[in-house]
Formats: sequence, C-alpha cells, structure tokens
Amino acid sequence: MSTEAELGLRDRLAKLSGVKLLRGTKLSAELERLQRQLERLRTDTSDEEIWRRVELARHQDRPYTLDYVERVLDDFFELHGDRGRLDDHAIVAGLGTLEGRTVALLGHQKGRDIKERTTRNFGMAYPEGYRKAMRVMELADRHGFPLVTLVDTPGAYPGVAAEQHGQGGAIARSQAAMARLGTPIVSVVIGEGGSGGAVALAVADRVLMQENAIYSVISPEGCAAILWRDASQAKKAASAFKPDAAHCLELGVIDGIVPEPEGGAHTDHAAAAALLREAVVSHLAELASIAPDELKRARRAKFRAMGVYA
Amino acid sequence: MSATGRIDVSIEHKLAAPDDAAARKHPNTCPGCSSHYRDDELAGHLRVCPQCGHHFPVRSLERIAQLADPDSFVEDETELRSADPLEFFDLRPYVERLAEAELATGLGDAMITGTASIEGHACRLAVMDFSFMGGSMGSVVGEKFARACEAAAADGVPLVSVSASGGARMQEGILALMQLPKTVCAVEELRDAGGVLISVIAHPTTGGLLASFASLGDVLLAEPGALMSFAGPRVVAQTTREKLPDDFGLAESNLRFGHIDAIVLRPELRSTLARLLRLFGDHT
Repeated sequence: MSTEAELGLRDRLAKLSGVKLLRGTKLSAELERLQRQLERLRTDTSDEEIWRRVELARHQDRPYTLDYVERVLDDFFELHGDRGRLDDHAIVAGLGTLEGRTVALLGHQKGRDIKERTTRNFGMAYPEGYRKAMRVMELADRHGFPLVTLVDTPGAYPGVAAEQHGQGGAIARSQAAMARLGTPIVSVVIGEGGSGGAVALAVADRVLMQENAIYSVISPEGCAAILWRDASQAKKAASAFKPDAAHCLELGVIDGIVPEPEGGAHTDHAAAAALLREAVVSHLAELASIAPDELKRARRAKFRAMGVYA
Repeated sequence: MSATGRIDVSIEHKLAAPDDAAARKHPNTCPGCSSHYRDDELAGHLRVCPQCGHHFPVRSLERIAQLADPDSFVEDETELRSADPLEFFDLRPYVERLAEAELATGLGDAMITGTASIEGHACRLAVMDFSFMGGSMGSVVGEKFARACEAAAADGVPLVSVSASGGARMQEGILALMQLPKTVCAVEELRDAGGVLISVIAHPTTGGLLASFASLGDVLLAEPGALMSFAGPRVVAQTTREKLPDDFGLAESNLRFGHIDAIVLRPELRSTLARLLRLFGDHT
C-alpha cells in the first residue's frame, strides 16, 4: 500500500477511534488489526493507567521468558555461551519447535527468588549476553529457522566490566545482526522493554507488546532523576514519555498488541502463554512465504521510517 | 602530549570547594592544567591545550572547518526540525527547549551533514554538536544520519561521522530509542552498497550513540580523553557501588580493551582521515 493511502487510512482510523495519530509515522501492521486494537484500547491510556501498566510490567509474579518457553515451545534445547568468554544467564537462547517447525528463541530472563535474581542479574545482560544472542541469530539464519525473541529487561547492565567488555558496541552489533537476517523475526516485549538493552533483541519484522508491557528509552526513575532531578517523580515521567503499548502502537513503533488474561499475565501464566503463542504463530505464518531478501528489505525500511520531524 | 600525561593536581582538589567547582569554570579554562585561553587563541590551537594536551570540545561547524578542505563543505538537509510527538513537558516544554537551543547554537538540531573533501578526497560528513541539547539523538539526528548514509551510497563516497552526544533524546521517548535501529539499518544498507563508514568518537559519546552507528564504523577513531561508555560513570557508580577505575570509559581504556582502532590527536585527525580515505580507495 502506498504511504499516502496508508496515511489517509490512519487519519480516518484516528477519527473513528478518537485517538490522536501522528502524520509521518508509518505502521506496517494490517490496518484492520490496528483498528480493532485502537478501538479496544482507546479509553485505556490515562496517566494512572500508564503507571498501573508500569507496575504490572514489573510485577514479581509476571511470567518470564522460561515460563513462556515451557508452555509455548516443544522440545526446547538451551544453547549456552558466547563462544568467547562466558555464558550470560540474563539472556536465554535455544532451539525448540512451534507447530512442528524448529524455531530459534532468544529472551531476557529475570529471576524469581533472590538466588535466581542474582544469577540472572535481574535480566540485565552483559555484552557477552548480546554476543551469545548474535551467535544464535546467525545460526538461525544459516538454517532458515524463524527467530522469536522475548524482551524483558530493565536495561543492559551498567557496570565497569560490562563497559570494559564493550556494552555499547555489542548492542549496536546485535541490532546490525538482526538487520542482516534473512529469516523471519517476531519480537514480543513481555515485561520491561528497557532502552538499548531491549532494542538489541527487537529489530524484528513484527514487534509486538503484551497489553501490560512497557517499552521506553529510559526507565521512569532514570528519566525523573535526569529531567526532574528527583527519582521519586517517576510517575510523572512515565506519563510524559508514555511507555505503554497503546502509545507505542500509535507512534508506529510496534506492529501489534498481544492481549493478556483479565487482571494481567501474572494471574494466569497458562492463559497468557496461550495468547502469546497464538500471536507469534499467526505472525510467523504471515511472514513464512516472504523471500529472505524481501524480509530484510522490508524490515530495514520499517525502522528507517521511524521518527517524527517537520 | 596525551591526556594521560597530565600533571597530577589531585592534592589541590582536596582543598577545593566540595561542590563541583570544575563545572562552573570558564569554558576556556583547561580542566587538565587550569591554563586559561582567549577564545581565538584556543581556536588557533584546534582547541587543544598547548600546555597539557587536553582536548576541549569542538562545535560542529568549527570541526568541519578543521577537517574539510577550505570552502569544500556544502551543507544539506538544513530544513529538518524536530516535532514534538509526545507533547513532552518536564520542567519546561520540549518545544521551548528546542527553540532555545536553536537560538543559542544557530543550529537546527544536533547534527550537521553535507558533502566535503578532505585533502582532496571526496566524502560525506555527519558531524554532531554537543551544544545542542547535549548532542542528544532524536528523530532529526536519526533522519539526517540515515540520509547521509543514503547520499554516501548514491555518490559512491565514504561517510565520515564525528559523534559527540549524551545519547538518545528523552523528550522524544520511544521514538528516540528507535533512532538506534534506524541508524543501524542505514549503516547496513550503506555496507550492502559497498560504502565505507569512518566513525570518529569525540568527548563525550555515550548511551544510544555508542549503542548504534558510532560503534559501527569500518574504522573507529577516538580523540584522547574522550568518554565513550554506554552507561555514564555516575550511573555506574550509583547503580553498582563499584569503585570506578580512573580511566573508566575513556578512549584510552577502550583502546586497551580492543573497542577502537586508534586514538588520534586532533592536529593529526585531518591527515589520518585523508590517509584512511586513500586506503579505502578513491571513488572520485
């Protein structure tokens, strides 16, 4: 569809749903789906609602990557290590089957109890984690396995060793690796999509967010500390930069929203996993017939078009 | 002399006022050795302290004048301006901050792009300016960089980027974060077209810049003493309570750990770039 027609339709959709949409942003999701979602979500984006989603995204009982892996994939075989230095437990990698087809999986992994949280470093990866991810992306590409990534991190780990091992460069190269893959990629933000550490695993053909996930350039606390010089203004910061799924969809940053069970994903892991599975399967099916070069071209064009300027 | 060869004046710091007196120093007073210069004097030395070798920040147009052949630079994309998609308001509205930055710097945003030649070698330049909202990358910087990649590919000339940025522009929220994959994809397209990116990292290049195109040059050069870290020293100190090494995140440490190809003194930057442009092959 031409850009002009798409923009026209977005305008009409905006009038229909009463949600302010932006000229100049593009959305590659099918417009029907967009319309359904906008209509469902239009009443849901007050400041209070945004903060409730921030809290739900960080809820301690929220399902993490491995909770979804065991419910969504069959025959999961975990792959460890970056083949250089170590195995970063903040990122899980592996192969499994989905609808009988082998897929590669990558996801940030948080911990449930104190011991596991330490092992998983609260889902904050070192450069080694992103290097492990890149290795598995290339493996997927070599064998034509679709790639599914689950994003759930407060951010890449800000530490001395992480910097010494090249955190910034690893995040940049992980995005570049995803931009090169000739295999379909579906990413789902399942909790916190924290800044560079999140986008390093989310340069995908379809980027989805769960209903109560957040995706942001900085944590609300970090933003408040810098702009308000007071970390306790996090709520105010969150309502200013709007990290919730509805706003991300409106801004053309994501391609769709994955519903959660009533009350949030933490209330029913099995139901949340079923809904996630359904979304991933349907998006992968849509991407399955597209040639590798075309996938790559369209993926790059999608990210190339993001941004709003005059 | 490199920045590591500074005279140790830490004993004086103990007597100094505990608040950050350094931050209130005159911009032309050297943080390395406290020598003070007239502005024309400093500009004449490429803004490198003649006493201790400290590299002062360089504004974008002055940087271009230092690097490009006289009168060779032609700026493009001068009309691009930030929009305010989130109607962002912190202590002041984003549009007000933008207007103020434009008035104070005379720039449309934190990056200048255009064509130039360096010692006769044609190239494209994408130079950042830290004085425009901390050189932060929002939609305009991302778009200008992407267009610079496309122009470099179309012209068959190398792209030289000079980064100086605190990272993504928070006032543009998630769209600022999306400038990371956007610029990364632009570099990938440039690579597929057989193009060349030489990335010069000036002080400071942190956060989203280091996590996107600034790290993806075919060759990475940094200026002495440039801070280049994903997380800034304050964030790391506060989050981890680790004791930071003296050279935390500096170009020197990054060279030691293998993240950059060379540290280049500013007086040698022009000739170094010319040499690299020659090595990568003249497309003119």
